[in-house]
Amino acid sequence: MSNRSSPPSRSPSSASMRTPRRKVAGLGSARSGTGHFWLQRVTALANIILVIIALPIVISMAGGGQEAVLSTLRHPLAALVLLLLLVSMTFHMRIGMQVVIEDYVHSEGTKVLALIGNTFFTIAVGAAGAFAILKISFGG
Amino acid sequence: MPGAAERPLSPHLQIYRPMLTMMMSIVHRITGVALYFGTLLPVIWLLAAASSPEAFATVNGLLGSWIGLIILFGYSWALIHHALGGVRHFVWDFGHGFGPQAREFMAKATLGGSVLLTVLLWIVIAVVKG
Repeated sequence: MSNRSSPPSRSPSSASMRTPRRKVAGLGSARSGTGHFWLQRVTALANIILVIIALPIVISMAGGGQEAVLSTLRHPLAALVLLLLLVSMTFHMRIGMQVVIEDYVHSEGTKVLALIGNTFFTIAVGAAGAFAILKISFGG
Repeated sequence: MPGAAERPLSPHLQIYRPMLTMMMSIVHRITGVALYFGTLLPVIWLLAAASSPEAFATVNGLLGSWIGLIILFGYSWALIHHALGGVRHFVWDFGHGFGPQAREFMAKATLGGSVLLTVLLWIVIAVVKG
């Protein structure tokens, strides 16, 4: 008899903490694994880098009237930096708010509605900002 | 729930004496939620710039008013505080900074750093923009 693939014996208390169904699904209340944890870190890093790059761009646009905004954003690099920041930010916002909703909204129906609202809001904000940046950058 | 053991419940917030690290955790979440809605500020500003001179004048006028500038000041502080809080989380992700002194120091550095950098940012803006 070989002892291959015999699972290490676990203490009964830690083994019985999970329902059999959960063992099959392997998922938490978020219905997903560590993907969101990792994406939150990756977008956080991107946000920090992009905010630092975007800062002088935003300062140069601010307070100078509409023409200052338009002429700055016509430069492709300026538009690209703001676009990347907006995309990274809205991803970060969506999964961040999802955690908050899952922590505080316990009724299943309200929670699902709030999660859908979160998706709608962040995509709408991201799309609106991206549209504005591209329209200006393309000279519209 | 069938098949599950009785789960222990942890005591909630009000049982603990407020500590700096705990407050910083709460503020990190509050600034995150504030920034979530605060993203509307630059997006509406950009949309107005993309729409018409009249729309831009309205939005730019509101953001440039005293109330608008106070909101933008708060937004910039929330952004910097949340960013520094994020750096703190990166340090923890790499397995450092869990000791009593280190976590207390990082909490104070985040708070002090965010106020300092926000004031510095607005001094730079004031100097550049006259």
